[in-house]
Amino acid sequence: MNTTFIPNELDRKLIVATQEGLPLTPRPYHDIAEELGVSPDEVITRMQRMKDAGVIRRIAAVPDHYKLGYTLNGMTVWDVPDNMVQELGRKLGAMDPVSHCYQRPRHPPLWNYNLFAMVHGRTQEEVDIHIQAIVELLGEHNRGNEVLFSKRILKKTGLRIKK
Amino acid sequence: MINKLSQQIIDRYQKGFPLSPTPFKVMANELDVSEQEIIDCVESLQQTDVVSRVGPVFNHKKAGASTLVAIAVPEHLLSDVAEMVNEFKEVNHNYAREHHYNLWFVVTATDSKHLEQTLWSIRKKTGYPILNLPMEKSYHIDLGFKLNWN
Repeated sequence: MNTTFIPNELDRKLIVATQEGLPLTPRPYHDIAEELGVSPDEVITRMQRMKDAGVIRRIAAVPDHYKLGYTLNGMTVWDVPDNMVQELGRKLGAMDPVSHCYQRPRHPPLWNYNLFAMVHGRTQEEVDIHIQAIVELLGEHNRGNEVLFSKRILKKTGLRIKK
Repeated sequence: MINKLSQQIIDRYQKGFPLSPTPFKVMANELDVSEQEIIDCVESLQQTDVVSRVGPVFNHKKAGASTLVAIAVPEHLLSDVAEMVNEFKEVNHNYAREHHYNLWFVVTATDSKHLEQTLWSIRKKTGYPILNLPMEKSYHIDLGFKLNWN
């Protein structure tokens, strides 16, 4: 992954043109190309480059998990030894019900957790089972944890950058 | 209820949608249905908001600068403070959570300077200290998560 990739002007135009979704036509990338006045090949090549560089995580049919019944998300936070966080983070990140797993800074004494994993479920029971699996996986390396359940969504939009 | 083709489309293509000149045709071949059936199905999934969009998912960190922020707000003021925070266009996810830190949101800016300025403005506007928790490392490749259709 190239960490120094800087999107050029066309890349930024592509981000703006696609961030709310592709047109549902037989040749969506051609339509975007026409809109931007470039060749379809160029659109596909630039998007592939952004994907390789990690600017685009994935191109996908993005489901709304709430609509599918996954109304509960538990943000689980864990205090694990700093020298173990990478190894344990990878294990948590590979679990099916975990959608995100990040290392974040501690802010002692207010906040002493260094590992975050977002766990999803349709019921409290489902989420609890997933959390128990994480507790077991971490074992003695779990020096403390909390689960912050979502009560309400107050705002939710995808990334939007200005034109 | 969600039909079988819809399930297949979500399961398979929440992870990766073809970057091909004719992506729906690729999907049609893979799922052994017609291109038009795929397009109709995706269209209906979008119309019912089961699928929010088909397209690229950008990495906030690489497309700009972002962080996770938590604020501890007295419960009776939560809605008011949430509203103040939501007025910032840089705030794109905001959740009320059950904790002493009860307001959690993501701030995304064009660069780190803009991010710092936004955090400063949020502190000033709300009057509360913030817990700034930027991602230091990601341990997930973010391919969606496995859905159980039962």
